[in-house]
Amino acid sequence: MSGSAHRRRAMRKFTNALALGLSGLATAIGLAFLGAILWTLVKNGLAGMSLSLFTEMTPPPGDSGGLLNAIYGSVVMTLMGILIGAPIGMLAGTYLAEYGRTSRISAVIRFVNDILLSAPSIIVGLFVYEVFVVRMGHFSAIAGAIALAVIAMPVTVRTTEDMLNLVPQGMKDASTAMGAYPWRTITNIIYPAARSGIVTGMLLAVARISGETAPLLFTALNNQFWSTNLGAPMANLPVVIFQYALSPYKNWQQLAWSGALLITLTILILSIIARFVVSALNPGGKR
Amino acid sequence: MNQPGEQTVQERRRADSTGAGGSESGQRHRGESGLNLKPSGRTSGAAAAALEERTAAQAAGQTVGQTSVEDPVFSCRDVNVYYGAKHALKNVTIDVARKQVLAMIGPSGCGKSTFLRCLNRMNDTIPGARVTGSITLDGLDIHDKRQDVVQIRARVGMVFQKPNPFPKSIYDNVAYGPRIHGLARGRADLDEIVCTSLQRAGLWDEVKDRLTGPGTGLSGGQQQRLCIARTIAVQPEVILMDEPCSALDPIATARIEDLIDELRASYAIVIVTHSMQQAARVSQRTAYFHMGDLIEVGETDRVFTNPRHRLTEDYITGRFG
Repeated sequence: MSGSAHRRRAMRKFTNALALGLSGLATAIGLAFLGAILWTLVKNGLAGMSLSLFTEMTPPPGDSGGLLNAIYGSVVMTLMGILIGAPIGMLAGTYLAEYGRTSRISAVIRFVNDILLSAPSIIVGLFVYEVFVVRMGHFSAIAGAIALAVIAMPVTVRTTEDMLNLVPQGMKDASTAMGAYPWRTITNIIYPAARSGIVTGMLLAVARISGETAPLLFTALNNQFWSTNLGAPMANLPVVIFQYALSPYKNWQQLAWSGALLITLTILILSIIARFVVSALNPGGKR
Repeated sequence: MNQPGEQTVQERRRADSTGAGGSESGQRHRGESGLNLKPSGRTSGAAAAALEERTAAQAAGQTVGQTSVEDPVFSCRDVNVYYGAKHALKNVTIDVARKQVLAMIGPSGCGKSTFLRCLNRMNDTIPGARVTGSITLDGLDIHDKRQDVVQIRARVGMVFQKPNPFPKSIYDNVAYGPRIHGLARGRADLDEIVCTSLQRAGLWDEVKDRLTGPGTGLSGGQQQRLCIARTIAVQPEVILMDEPCSALDPIATARIEDLIDELRASYAIVIVTHSMQQAARVSQRTAYFHMGDLIEVGETDRVFTNPRHRLTEDYITGRFG
C-alpha cells in the first residue's frame, strides 16, 4: 500500500521534472536563436560603425561612404507615417472603446482591424503602389510615409482601445454623473488616465514601422543621393539594407550590417523609452 | 457611533433565534411609539388581521407605507427597468422629499442601486438598459426629449461606492464640475467655489496646503469626501449616494455620516446602503426593496420599529439578506 503510494509520488515527481525540463529546453532554443541573431548582428555591424556612417551619403560600389541620406529618409518617413497613422488610429480606437463599444459596426471594425494588423506588409506596399505610385507616375517619399501610416494605424487602434478599456469604469461614471458630455469625459478624464499606455503604444508603432522594408520597396524605393523632396524617391535604411546586403560589393555589405545594427538599436531604445514612459507618466502611481 | 447599532442587530439576531420575540429591537428609537407592535404582536387577533392585510398587499405587488410626500423633489410613478430581458425594477412608485435623507435598503440585487441610477439617468450609459414609467424632477419629466441629460446630472449629483477621484489635483477634482458647466466667472470665483465645497465636505483643513497634490494620494475616507466636495461644487438639488461608506473604515464612515447629516440642511439625499444601522442613523425615510419590488417605504423610525410588511420585518431582523 505504502509502496504504491511511494511509486505514485515518484511518478508525479518525474512527470513534473519532465514537463519543467521540456519547457526549459524550448525556452533555451528560442533564446539561443535570438542570441545568435544579435551576436552576428553586433559582430558584423560594429565593424562598420564610425562617424562617417552618420555624415556621408551612400557610396557607389567600392567607395567609402555612410548612410546619412538613408537615416534621414527613414526618420522623415517614419515620423510622417506615425503623424498620419497615429491620430487616425487613436480616434478609431476611441470610437471602439467609448462611443461604439457594443454597436455592430464596432465589431466589424474590430475584426477588420485585426486582419489589417496581421496583414503582410508587402500587401500594404502593393496597395499604396497601386493607389498612389501608379497614379503619380513615380516613387515618392510621401507614398512611403502613407504606406507606413497604413501599417501604424491598426497598431494604434488596438493599443488605444485596450488602454482606454483599462481606465476604471468608476472614473468614467463619475465624470458622466457630473454632467459631462462624452467628448469632455474622454478628453479631460480618460485620455489623461490612459496617457502613458497610449504613448507607449505609439512608440511601439514607431518601432514597428521603422523596420518595415516591403512597403517602402514599392513606394519610396531608394535614392543614392541626398534628397529632401517628398515628391521624389527617398533613401531609407530598410531598403538600403535590402539592396546592399544582396550586392556583391564588400563595402555595401558592411554598410548593410551597420544599418541593420542601427535599426535594431533604435527599436531597442524605443522599447526601453516606452517602458520608461509607463512609469514616468503615472505620477499618481495608483490607478 | 457604530458600536451600539452593531449590538442592536446582534441582539435582534439572538432574540430571533431564541424565539423571544424581539421587543428589544430598535433600541436607538426607544421613545418612539409602537415599539411593541413588532413580531410579538403576531399572536394577537388584530395583528393577525394586519398580517393578512399585508399579505394581500404583497400579493397585489403594492408598496406598503407612505410612498408620496408633500412637495417632492423627485416623483417616480410606475418605474420599470429592464436590463435586456431581465426585469430589474418593477413598478416602483415613490417620492423623494426635499432636505431629507431617503435610505434604500435591501439584499444585493434587489434593485436599489438600479433605482438610484434612474434618478440621474445613469442607466442610459448601460447598453441594453430600458427605463419605463415617469420620473419628474421638480415637476419636469427627466425623460422628456427636450430635457438635456447633462443638465439633469448637474442638478442631481452622485457619489459612488468606491471613491473615484479623477487622476487630477485635488483642486482640479473639485473644479471639474464648475468648469464643465461654466459656473465660475474667473479664477477668483473658481477658487472660492473650490474652497467652499471642500469646507462643506469637511476636507478643507486636511488638504488646504496641498491643493495641487493628486486626489488619488488621499486616504479612502478623504477621497470619498473629495468626491462629495466635487459633487456639491456644482450646487445640485439632490445628491445620490451608492453605498458611499462600504469601502471605508468605521471612523471614516462616521465622518461621512456626520457630513450627510449636515448636507441634509441644503440637499435632498438618496442613499443606498447595506448597513441597516447606517440607514437608521442617517435617514428620515427608508425604502425597502426586494427582488426588484419596492416593498415598503415610510418614516425610518417607523420602518425599523414597526415594519408593516413581513419581508421588511424579516430583513431588518436579520432573518435573511
